[in-house]
Amino acid sequence: MNKPVQPSSAVTTEHCFTLSGISKSFPGVKALSDVSLALYPGQVTALIGENGAGKSTLVKILTGIYQPDAGEISVNGTPVVLSTAQEAFKLGIAAIHQETVLFDDLTVGENIYLGHAPRNKVGLLDLKAMHGAARVVLDKMHASHIDTYARLRDLGIANKHLVAVARAMSIDSKIVVMDEPTAALSAKEIGELYELIEFLKSEGKAILFISHKFDEIYRIADRYTVFRDGALVGAGLLRDTTQNEIIKLMVGRPVDHIFPSRKANIGMSVLSVSELSHPTEFEDISFELHKGEILGFYGLVGAGRSEVMHALFGITKTSGGKISLEGVPLKITSPAEAINAGIVYVPEERGRQGVVIGLPIFMNVSLPSLDRTSKSNVLRLKEEFDLARTYTERLDLRASSLSQDVGTLSGGNQQKIVIAKWLATSPKVIILDEPTKGIDIGSKAAVHEFMAELVAEGLSVIMVSSELPEVLGMADRIVVMRSGKIEEIFENKNLSPETLVKAAAGILQ
Amino acid sequence: MKDIFKIREVWLAIVIAAMIGAITLRSPSFASPINLGQIFNDTSILIILALGQMSVILTRSIDLSMAANLCFTGMVVAMLNASHPGIPIFVLIIVAMFVGLILGAINGALVWKVGIPPIVVTLGTLTIYRGSTFVISGGKWVNADKMSPEFINFQRVDIFGIPVLSLTAILVVIVFQVFLTRTPLGRSIFAIGVNPTAAVYTGINGGRTKFVAFCMSGLLAGLAGYLWISRYVIASVEVANGYELNIIAACVIGGISIAGGIGSVGGAVLGSLFLGIISNALPVINISPFWQMAISGSAIIFAIVLNARSERKQGRIILKKAETA
Repeated sequence: MNKPVQPSSAVTTEHCFTLSGISKSFPGVKALSDVSLALYPGQVTALIGENGAGKSTLVKILTGIYQPDAGEISVNGTPVVLSTAQEAFKLGIAAIHQETVLFDDLTVGENIYLGHAPRNKVGLLDLKAMHGAARVVLDKMHASHIDTYARLRDLGIANKHLVAVARAMSIDSKIVVMDEPTAALSAKEIGELYELIEFLKSEGKAILFISHKFDEIYRIADRYTVFRDGALVGAGLLRDTTQNEIIKLMVGRPVDHIFPSRKANIGMSVLSVSELSHPTEFEDISFELHKGEILGFYGLVGAGRSEVMHALFGITKTSGGKISLEGVPLKITSPAEAINAGIVYVPEERGRQGVVIGLPIFMNVSLPSLDRTSKSNVLRLKEEFDLARTYTERLDLRASSLSQDVGTLSGGNQQKIVIAKWLATSPKVIILDEPTKGIDIGSKAAVHEFMAELVAEGLSVIMVSSELPEVLGMADRIVVMRSGKIEEIFENKNLSPETLVKAAAGILQ
Repeated sequence: MKDIFKIREVWLAIVIAAMIGAITLRSPSFASPINLGQIFNDTSILIILALGQMSVILTRSIDLSMAANLCFTGMVVAMLNASHPGIPIFVLIIVAMFVGLILGAINGALVWKVGIPPIVVTLGTLTIYRGSTFVISGGKWVNADKMSPEFINFQRVDIFGIPVLSLTAILVVIVFQVFLTRTPLGRSIFAIGVNPTAAVYTGINGGRTKFVAFCMSGLLAGLAGYLWISRYVIASVEVANGYELNIIAACVIGGISIAGGIGSVGGAVLGSLFLGIISNALPVINISPFWQMAISGSAIIFAIVLNARSERKQGRIILKKAETA
């Protein structure tokens, strides 16, 4: 089943690049299992999949950042090993990322030729030859408006993409990987990018195009490849399929995880948010959260879900709107205020934003509760240990001692500590941002069960998640966000995954 | 984590003991209690300054202006004493600590509210504070003959056989140990240093915590200002010129991570004593004082190598059995 479906009537069947049987695991997570992919010269292949389907891992393998655990990569039929990013680039694989990874303070010419710049007789950089060659490459791409002596910093994102492509062209790359290149572009710039892709196709480059947006995919891609949960589930020519079939491939998954069954006992409104706005990230966000409710937030990465949560927790400042908790209007300008009011946030990036690695478990748990564990400003270690013991035991934390550094724990156990630390503050609303991202199945189930327990006790939970089964399995209602706005709020009754995906992509009729 | 600290401090203590032992072989009187007490007394000011610096370094900042602060506050109290000999000594000490606190608060406010990197702020205020010393003194010195006997002798008074200077250092050490390990604010200082992002997500105000740390270092620099002037009985623009580097060196040798979040009061004290012993011992065993710089320089590099080793991340524990073991 995991073999690429060969196109019935191919445009060109001669591929120039193949991946076969690629697998890659991270501790606790199988990111890719036995996937295959072929790219064809002069054609655009769209790589489609939900968040966490393994697209980014594949891009990192293609560009030499990760090494696959198994499988073979070959260019023009010759097996290759991409052990470094430099090597992948030399073999003709160039990547354009969502945010360009070029050097802001170097000139356009220097960016294009960094690492393979022309040298003069004594071995010094030949700047004149370099800028001359850069000029030729840019002109060929119809990008004569870009000055090769300009600093990259002064260019817009679309022009930076052009420079990244020019860098690929300067070594005559055969394969161009584009990872959501339109995410930060305006409509006009997207038009220019399409022209550039047409140009690359006419030059015979094979393009792998990663995008969440169906209109884009239909506009420029010839072929599609769909990933789901790290496995290949379908591939072929776009003209032989329909949008609905692709969405089915994306979401149609077997139930591999049982969610705790619970009887929702939903009470009055606890948190009421109305017309919350931010100058650049989101606008007009209104929703109610009830006592004993799990409210799911679904959407594509970059839809603005985490940004809204940051505003509720006082990390980001808002430009307007009202928040009230149990009928009392709140003004939240710092996390400390949110915590005092009873709103706590378990962030997405556990290692960077969640746990304080370097401090032992008990200090992590007690950190936001030091007011309560200390007496007239003197810490009482015994109280801290008691607090940490009470809450980590509730979460079934596996650790040898509470004095152990949290850095030595697995992701699942670190997540339990972050949750424990917030429970210790007796919150009213707990916001969980991608609570089970990157943690093993066992810890996942524990976190889900615990969420069910919390709402049963009358806590209210907001769960931001990009995993469809998790959202559908846990939430009572689901808010779908798209491009910084609420697209739709669903009751989670007989809701199909297709509906959610369509709402998130903005194609729900 | 505590274990690593202990090991590191024990290591440093062993090195210091070995040094004392080696020097005693050449100069038997070196290890006498009187001489060691004398060395501690000589190092007291450095210990006080190093503790202030440490609280700043723990928050991933640095205070380059401590020596200039010391010079300025020293000049202020010396001039006050010269013009109004009647002001009681304890008032002068409070004035010194207050002036130092203000200068530290200026650093802290610039870091917190204006968002300038600490190294740039204190590089600027270093020059400003020393320049201001020139302005208020008109470039003149305040000599011993202008200072009141009380001003000069207070720190030399023995209580239970221990000079006030040493007692002050001991008191500051105790207060700091309690402050850093047993108060919520002390805990915040460590949390900000170890993981600033997570600390903010936990509701700790990073800017305010840094501000408090700079106030601490300023206050201690002010206290050291009085102690320094009354010990060396001269106040001038040149006082403690370049001494900020000794303070930072004491911290680094004492195992305080320049990257923030790691360090202990014991480490700072031992780091200071290490430098104190070297400067006292070398003349005794007839080694040119120029070697002193080379030795303390080597000690800094050696300490950093040791710290880098112990700070090196242990691999992630993936196996369940290793985790619960």
